[in-house]
Amino acid sequence: MIKAKDITKRYPDGTEALRDVNFEIRSGESCSVIGPSGCGKTTLLLILTGIMKPTEGKAVIAGQDVTSPSKEVALVFQNYGLFPWKTVYENASLGLELRGFNRKERREIVTSLLRELGLKGFENRYPKQLSSGMQQRVAFARALALNPKILLMDEPLSSLDALTRESLQNFLLRLWKEKRMTMLLVTHSIEEAVFLGRRIIVLSSRPGTVIMAIDNAEMGDLNYRTKEVFFDKCREVRRSVDTGAI
Amino acid sequence: MPRGETERRYRSYLITGFFILAIWYLLARILDSIALPTPLAVFFAFIAGLAEGSLISHLAISALRVFYGLALASSLAVPIGLVSHEEGVDKFVAPFVYLLYPIPHIVLLPLIILLFGIGDLSKIILIAIIVFFQILVTTRDASRNLSINYVYSMLSLSASKRDIYKHVIFPACVPKILTAMRISVGTSIAVLFFVESFATRKGLGYLIMDSWSRANYPDLYATIVAMALLGFGLYIVIEKIEKRVCRWVYI
Ligand SMILES: Nc1ncnc2c1ncn2[C@@H]1O[C@H](COP(=O)(O)OP(=O)(O)O)[C@@H](O)[C@H]1O
Ligand SMILES: [Mg+2]
Repeated sequence: MIKAKDITKRYPDGTEALRDVNFEIRSGESCSVIGPSGCGKTTLLLILTGIMKPTEGKAVIAGQDVTSPSKEVALVFQNYGLFPWKTVYENASLGLELRGFNRKERREIVTSLLRELGLKGFENRYPKQLSSGMQQRVAFARALALNPKILLMDEPLSSLDALTRESLQNFLLRLWKEKRMTMLLVTHSIEEAVFLGRRIIVLSSRPGTVIMAIDNAEMGDLNYRTKEVFFDKCREVRRSVDTGAI
Repeated sequence: MPRGETERRYRSYLITGFFILAIWYLLARILDSIALPTPLAVFFAFIAGLAEGSLISHLAISALRVFYGLALASSLAVPIGLVSHEEGVDKFVAPFVYLLYPIPHIVLLPLIILLFGIGDLSKIILIAIIVFFQILVTTRDASRNLSINYVYSMLSLSASKRDIYKHVIFPACVPKILTAMRISVGTSIAVLFFVESFATRKGLGYLIMDSWSRANYPDLYATIVAMALLGFGLYIVIEKIEKRVCRWVYI
């Protein structure tokens, strides 16, 4: 479904962010990407979505080379990517508006999605007026409103407190199980990578390259966090993260 | 903005106003010269001017000149500043701005009179040219410094260039644009005085020069007060628009 083929990215100033990144994510699979800060994770997502061009190699989605942003793919940004001048409702419905959905259709989709995400009653607030957990849910609402087949997320939960974080992790797990979307979650939390990734791709420090892809067939259950296998898996991931982080 | 804060601000305007009047009064008493009448004498001259109607008609003409100048300047400066977001456009705009911005544009007056005559058009254009640069520089800076992440965010929703301008670049720059316009009110009033001090028999600038030549100091100061009120009024109007349009900044 998603394929990274020999992706290398050098920025114009000479910074080499990624080198020869290769991996493949199957349709309906949930995959975590973990790596030290600055190793090119955001760059990788921008390339997979077609926002940025790789210097070498290519991204392939559903058999097609990625050259521009696709309607099947939604991206949730690191700092939410919300627009401070738009209200919660306007932010959440922006994608639909750009795709030509009319007012009534937008209202239907967005209202029920905001309700599901616990944002009912906050439609006319501005992002600044919300807690970071709520802002993050607005960002999810905007991405999910488009009913994407593929959901890419860039450290979506990294600036949240532990409890909010866990509840959003549970939300993402349920979402994946219900909709069977192909999900790719970038994170720098080992526990999060293990909880949400059917496969865990470990990147080295800059220039980022795949050190290891760890299978995690036991995930998929809300109680996974408390099980012994979960801790074993976390230790396994930590060992390979440590080898990459020199 | 909460009600209490608005009230506090009006109160501080009032206090400042009294403070200025007090200093003025003391100065008038100390200098004891006909060239500086007391606030009360000026107040009477102001009321007389209003009652007679001449002050109002001069004020209206000045207000229109400033308004057209500001409107002309922003209708050009804002679009150019916004599209400077594009590297390709900025390559042309930036050198133009940095070369032409620092020169005192008032020296262009002879050229403008040559091109547009000595009527209202020239006056409006001179005001517009000077204010144009202030608004352009601010708008350009705002659109250039916009975080690339906002653009990425739009691109991920497969937005077109037009969408990006409509939903991101323009709304993100509006607060800066309005602030620039508010600041340029002061400049435009100063230029207004300059362009009205010759080749016209209308406007507050003319009235100031005229009362001065007649050594009618109460009238002179009454007109200066009218000019200050014009500037203050425009400033307040733009500030009100700012508060309404940019609600997201003030919450
Ligand atoms: N536009 C850019 N120009 C030059 N270097 C960049 C640019 N964007 C990111 N980088 C650099 O590329 C590296 C990877 O960045 P990024 O993909 O944001 O890493 P991560 O998301 O893993 O923290 C970093 O060293 C960063 O400083
Ligand atoms: Mg990042």
